[in-house]
Amino acid sequence: MSFFFEVLIGGLLSGVMYSLVALGFVLIYKASGVFNFAQGALVFFAALTFVGLQELKLPFWLALPATLAVMVLLALVIERVVLRPLVNQPQITLFMATIGLAFFIEGLAQMMWGANVRGLDLGLQDEPIQWISDASGMNISKFDLAAAGVAAVLVAALAVFFNRTRIGRALRAVADDHQAALAVGIPLRQIWTIVWGVAGAVALVAGLLWGARNGVQYALTFVALKALPVLILGGFESVPGAIVGGLIIGASEKLAEVYIGPYVGGGIEGWFPYVLALVFLLVRPEGLFGEKIIRRI
Amino acid sequence: MIYREAGQFKASYAADSAIFPIRQDRVGIAVILALAFLVVPLTATPYLFSAILIPFLILSLAALGLNILTGYAGQVSLGTAAFMAVGAFASYNFMLRVPGMPILLAFAGGGLMAALVGILFGLPSLRIRGFYLAVATLAAQFFILWVLTKVGWITNYSSSGVITAQQIEILGYHFNTPAAKYLLVLSIVAVMALGAKNMARGNVGRSWMAVRDMDLAAEVIGIRLMRAKLLAFAVSSFYCGVAGALYAYAYLGTVEPEAYSLDLSFRILFMVIVGGVGSVLGSFLGSAFITLLPVVLSVTVRFLDASFNLGIAESTISNLELMVFGGLIIFFLIVEPHGLARLWQIAKEKLRLWPFPH
Amino acid sequence: MTGARNIGDTILKLEGISLSFGGVKALADISFDVREHEVRAIIGPNGAGKSSMLNVINGVYRPQQGTITFQGRVRRDMNTYDAAAHGIARTFQNIALFKSMSVLDNVMTGRNLKMKANFLEQALWIGRARREEHEQRERVEAVIDFLEIQHIRKTPVGRLPYGLQKRVELARALAAEPTMLLLDEPMAGMNVEEKQDMCRFILDVNEQYGTTIVLIEHDMGVVMDISDRVVVLDYGKKIGDGTPDEVRADRAVIDAYLGVAH
Repeated sequence: MSFFFEVLIGGLLSGVMYSLVALGFVLIYKASGVFNFAQGALVFFAALTFVGLQELKLPFWLALPATLAVMVLLALVIERVVLRPLVNQPQITLFMATIGLAFFIEGLAQMMWGANVRGLDLGLQDEPIQWISDASGMNISKFDLAAAGVAAVLVAALAVFFNRTRIGRALRAVADDHQAALAVGIPLRQIWTIVWGVAGAVALVAGLLWGARNGVQYALTFVALKALPVLILGGFESVPGAIVGGLIIGASEKLAEVYIGPYVGGGIEGWFPYVLALVFLLVRPEGLFGEKIIRRI
Repeated sequence: MIYREAGQFKASYAADSAIFPIRQDRVGIAVILALAFLVVPLTATPYLFSAILIPFLILSLAALGLNILTGYAGQVSLGTAAFMAVGAFASYNFMLRVPGMPILLAFAGGGLMAALVGILFGLPSLRIRGFYLAVATLAAQFFILWVLTKVGWITNYSSSGVITAQQIEILGYHFNTPAAKYLLVLSIVAVMALGAKNMARGNVGRSWMAVRDMDLAAEVIGIRLMRAKLLAFAVSSFYCGVAGALYAYAYLGTVEPEAYSLDLSFRILFMVIVGGVGSVLGSFLGSAFITLLPVVLSVTVRFLDASFNLGIAESTISNLELMVFGGLIIFFLIVEPHGLARLWQIAKEKLRLWPFPH
Repeated sequence: MTGARNIGDTILKLEGISLSFGGVKALADISFDVREHEVRAIIGPNGAGKSSMLNVINGVYRPQQGTITFQGRVRRDMNTYDAAAHGIARTFQNIALFKSMSVLDNVMTGRNLKMKANFLEQALWIGRARREEHEQRERVEAVIDFLEIQHIRKTPVGRLPYGLQKRVELARALAAEPTMLLLDEPMAGMNVEEKQDMCRFILDVNEQYGTTIVLIEHDMGVVMDISDRVVVLDYGKKIGDGTPDEVRADRAVIDAYLGVAH
């Protein structure tokens, strides 16, 4: 029984990591209506830049803000080069542009810092917490718990930001209708730069955590793909949805692999979240927390 | 001067709705076909066939399939490679288990299997749209590849997972030279492209485009959404399935799941975007572009490296490739979202007026 | 002016139709009928439920209560495919054309129910498929001539001005050779000349083909001029039903339009 809980909790905690990536998606979608396929690439880029700077002998406390600055710079460039020319284009066009962006960023990251796998040390070990392990026989990682804590703080901050501040309201207006937002004088460019900058920061946090856990390597970009089922479950526009969705996906993925996997030859993790999301979509197309889509004719 | 319609009057609806209504176009396509069928086989090198022409044609077919689904019917799909894989493995099994199976029939059978799988994964499209559907097709991509790797019966319990494709033999003639394979692929692709063009300009094509543009209105005028969408998935997957079979038999020589990765799905999507969504010509232009780009890039970089002794590593070239691909996609979406096909159309319009400016 | 038209028996009867969206009641217990070959107008202030009424008639919305009787068959609700198959065609307030297709293609889609060839025959472009395509093209060209849009037949619809788009939408509806035509504000956003043209077309359709017309319109002049009978809706309820003159003199209708609280 305790094994079940161990797997469950392990899954939940890894789900938190998915949520962090999904959070970046939600931010951008909520604020500009763009489905940013390049979020995973941003995570990869952030992590790679960080370890790259560390390799150039920058200490942790300098590398972090430096990477953050790079992400903000990247956001500025993206806004200028990709978003501004595509204002008011249909969503699907913007989506495909972000696919192109993803490829570009991946190539850029590897060209700048090389493609070797690197470890990332955050000072937190991926070891079981001693007293829990002694008390219940379950192995719960220190690292995972810390990650969950970070995610919680981030979510709370973002929720407040969106719902309570003036900028938050402006962001929601922009997501709804670019032209209308422009018409009422909302400074689209600044907004977008802010949003992508914040998403970049979230990507940095996600990148650091993922990189510390699994090493910084190209496979990190596939994490982004895993965030998609998270978004489907949680709804594309909901911050709490990204968290809940991530937890569900993380937990179900691990449980499926452990309990169903052995009967079908293993490797279920690769597709289980997607099929789960698919089934879910059939029942509730807008996700758990998403808004119902109403079309008027 | 040359490209004038003056004097060409259409006296029947048949003439007006022809694929090439302008005489100069008809001459042009005849020349291209003559070159493709007669001149190229005699003049091209084996490298040109195997590395460029054959994959260009096969991937054009796959791009055509994706175009039918995404371009005409408006259903986004990121799982193209998976349907190609179904076609390849199904063909393999037909050849393996049915004695005396003609290979063309096996290819068609592969296409049909892919169509069935396509319908299955297309069912969600009745409830879901847009990116949600894109994610559903990702499910298809990952799940199908997993099945093809895990289920031993499909790979005939091969231990390495890599199966050698059977020889292509039609009526006793062995298609084992690059030129022969090229001609076979060219013929199949030409016929299927014609079929696609006919469907596009017919009632079924219009129904698909109606569903794409405003499905509620399409319903109101009597188009059955379910039938139209599932038909789009079926036809599209058939095309991808045949392309997948050709990919294995006429290009790779092996049947393996890894060849049909997510990466290939993206490549084909890029072909459709760059070439022009919803255009038969666009599928070919996009395929040519994406197939030639790595070659051109690699040759250019190597040349610059050699000339200026820059010491560029191999990995840089592949990273550069990623960046150039990504950058080009963005470029095309900004500058000409309707792709090379639209650019070609614009060029023709200008040509009609040439040498006058307007 | 309405000519000596052969107005027949009831072709459409709506009884007790109620429609709600969540908590909002769009239509409350609406009953009226439409006779064959007549021009029936639905009028009322904005938000009265007129478009919803049309949507119920051709199956876009399913009412929670009430019955629809069309051509003698009683139904709980209409299904969009059935509506189209039984000869009901319509236009929309916000133009529901297929923006990327040409005018000709748009109007051709209106004939999709008449085309029987399957996709395989179309792919091979043989026999039935090829014949049908050209036969239907001929019918469609007749409609295009009728509505005087020949000069723009190859233009993508998205590029046309609003007035012409509305005409193309009418063409698409007419191409289906409908028994009953539902028009949702066909003259919205048009200037006087365009309105006169549209009026002429609608009357021609009614007189030449005998098509029953149900139209929503705000321009009182047009309504009084071309309709045989009028239904007045307000806040989802029916407050008037009769000939234009009867309705014009009705107290409740006048109050609704002048905004007297009720």
